[in-house]
Amino acid sequence: MVDCLLLQDKLTSRMKPAITLEGISKSFPGVKALSDVSLSLYPGSVTALVGENGAGKSTLVKILTGIYQPDGGTIHVADQEVRFPTALAAARAGVTAIHQETVLFDDLSVAENIFLGHTPRNRFGFIDWKRLNADARALLSRAGADFDPTIRLRDLGIAKKHLVAIARALSIDAQVVIMDEPTAALSHKEIHELYALVERLKAEGKAILFISHKFDEIFRIADRYTVFRDGTMVGEGLIADVSQDALVRLMVGRAVGSVYPKKEVAIGAPVLTVSGYRHPTEFEDVNFELRRGEILGFYGLVGAGRSEFMQSLIGVTRPSAGAVRLDGQVLVIRSPAEAIRSGIVYVPEERGRQGAIIGLPIFQNVTLPSLSRTSRSGFLQLANEFALAREYTSRLDLRAASLDQDVGTLSGGNQQKVVIAKWLATKPKVIILDEPTKGIDIGSKAAVHAFMSELAAQGLSVIMVSSEIPEIMGMSDRVIVMREGRIAGRFDRAELTAEKLVRAAAGIQEAA
Amino acid sequence: MAETHLTPRHIPDRLEGRGARLLKSWESLLLVVACLIFLGNSLASPYFLDPWNLSDATFNFTEKAIIAFAMALVIISGEIDLSVASIIALASTAMGYAVQLGFDTPVLVAIGLAVGLVCGAINGLLITGLGLPSIVVTIGTMSLFRGLSFIILGDQAFTGYPDSFSWFGQGYVWWVFSFEFTLFVILAVVYAIVLHKTNFGRAVYAIGNNQTAALFSGIRVARIKFILFLLTGLMAGLASICLTSRLGSTRPSIALGWELEVVTMVVLGGVNILGGSGTIPGVVLAALIMGMVTFGFGLLNVPGIVMSIFIGLLLISVIALPILWRRARRRLQH
Repeated sequence: MVDCLLLQDKLTSRMKPAITLEGISKSFPGVKALSDVSLSLYPGSVTALVGENGAGKSTLVKILTGIYQPDGGTIHVADQEVRFPTALAAARAGVTAIHQETVLFDDLSVAENIFLGHTPRNRFGFIDWKRLNADARALLSRAGADFDPTIRLRDLGIAKKHLVAIARALSIDAQVVIMDEPTAALSHKEIHELYALVERLKAEGKAILFISHKFDEIFRIADRYTVFRDGTMVGEGLIADVSQDALVRLMVGRAVGSVYPKKEVAIGAPVLTVSGYRHPTEFEDVNFELRRGEILGFYGLVGAGRSEFMQSLIGVTRPSAGAVRLDGQVLVIRSPAEAIRSGIVYVPEERGRQGAIIGLPIFQNVTLPSLSRTSRSGFLQLANEFALAREYTSRLDLRAASLDQDVGTLSGGNQQKVVIAKWLATKPKVIILDEPTKGIDIGSKAAVHAFMSELAAQGLSVIMVSSEIPEIMGMSDRVIVMREGRIAGRFDRAELTAEKLVRAAAGIQEAA
Repeated sequence: MAETHLTPRHIPDRLEGRGARLLKSWESLLLVVACLIFLGNSLASPYFLDPWNLSDATFNFTEKAIIAFAMALVIISGEIDLSVASIIALASTAMGYAVQLGFDTPVLVAIGLAVGLVCGAINGLLITGLGLPSIVVTIGTMSLFRGLSFIILGDQAFTGYPDSFSWFGQGYVWWVFSFEFTLFVILAVVYAIVLHKTNFGRAVYAIGNNQTAALFSGIRVARIKFILFLLTGLMAGLASICLTSRLGSTRPSIALGWELEVVTMVVLGGVNILGGSGTIPGVVLAALIMGMVTFGFGLLNVPGIVMSIFIGLLLISVIALPILWRRARRRLQH
């Protein structure tokens, strides 16, 4: 800690921060989200903000962008104390944020998105389209993009949408750019384009706050780090002076054990058999067997048809052909309700849209698919519901003020725990986890992996859809690779290499 | 925070007791308003406190409230049914037609309920089967059902309902308690139990808050929505029996504009117009408030145009007040 402080002195004497937060605190009912947090961001420097889910990172971003008001503390921009009562005030002071899911308008053109709110006008007060598009083109090229500013945003991929958001940041002359997990939804190539962009922003003298759970990218692009734990700042300094292990220890307050706690489990008889599954547009000819106690990984690129196949398996969509057997019995699943009743559950990828029911309290979220078990002849039994919710949320180490709290007030990682608890509470035979650790911190990730291993050891069969190679290799007994809606490869744990996975997913033939 | 996350945390079931939650609710505010209006009415007119006058006052809201219970469920699920008043008209027309053919009360009642169910089923099928937005579908069926009764009736009126039929709108179960008021009380209890104490009610809230996640959680979204539209249809049929019996005649303009009064009642009761929250006790209180205001104005000989201005103001404030209330509550919590 003393080292950190000395370092801090050395740095501050060298340059003036673009923005300084001092003693920021923020409480929500029953939870202290931030307590006495201080942070400085320097021009031309990337500061990585790391911490587990619920550590207070998102709250800090919302305070910086004028969405939340701090209970105490000050913000200084260029030596002047400022307040951000609205998002507009924060933007005017030169603070802008690029979120995981960018907040842009799908049906407007790229140029309109960039200049929304400060569109150039002609002398009649109408939009000056010529200047709008020309200026937009110039900003896009500063952001390293070369696409046409007149196309609709809807037609762009997420990576290009990030570029539009950055061009927008440049257009309002933002000095402080907050990037909140910008690479979470990007492909490998797109991530490298983003790194190049961060370098350009640095060169332009922007102060960048970079929030990420991925340590490789933090060590690649960040200059400084700040670590949050349970709403307080527990360490900061230069990336060059810290190791990955030290950073992880700071984050979790303890050493993280083996990264992938895969247990050796005796694989039993086939539980689920899928044959000849096909869909007119999404996937074709999917055949596989899932055994008792097995973790079957599904790897592939985004858009390979894995989620679409899983959703048709549980009856959200209908396949055009195919058969499913569970414990030897032929099953016809026409709805998620029938899938749950027969013991197949799906933990969806999109937590906010398909998983959590924001607006309902935690306990009602957990018990929703299990109501037939907790209720008595159709009538709710609240005591049973609280007991069930308590049992499963405590197994996942949920952190919340009360079980009656709206699930929407929880951090992303804790929402994911509620969602997983919800499906486990149905006591399934087969659980399908779609990107179960996407966008959650290293501590929660380890908890989910350990829990998954535990479940398999207890005889549950697990299908894990993941786009992360280390996770697939670390957790799976067998891996199926999908490409363009077809199975492109099957691998046993023993013969698994990252190279084989990537080749199969990308459709590259092995050299003979 | 002193504790580390290594120690298992105990999460309490609830932070606030039943009393604290009740005190902060929209319903307790409504209760205060209802008491004030009751007090105001009794001070303004010496006739108000007469039991028979009070009993008469209930006819102002019972028929609408019967529909409002079902409408509350529909709106909580994130949908809306604007065709209810037209269903009343079509059901009433069908009953009137049956009277001309010489049918007696039991058949009339069956016809009223059946027309309500069929209309509700049409709405439900269009909305859940074809996936059309309920606001569009029910604006369409609102014109359709009303149009059908105009075609059948023209500028005529059906009269000549049998004497026994008049009991539903004019009869008393015991002392000052009319059949309509008794029905209102029973249905209030039934709907409150269904919405607040059953799995079905929980599913309605889940659908209203996040339809996709509800579907993934094994809720049969389409089936539940279909049932809800059947219910509003059935309640409109029931209200049609009461109203037709009370008026003793059917004109094509019967219950014109009621759909908005029913929606007003539901929203005043604290049901979020965007779905996801609201309670039956709130709707009951809103029905009492609207009924007492209308009756109080009647006693004071306030002209009809002032009454419609008042309803207009009520509608706007009803949309604005719950939003302001929720904002104030949030500020209190933070």
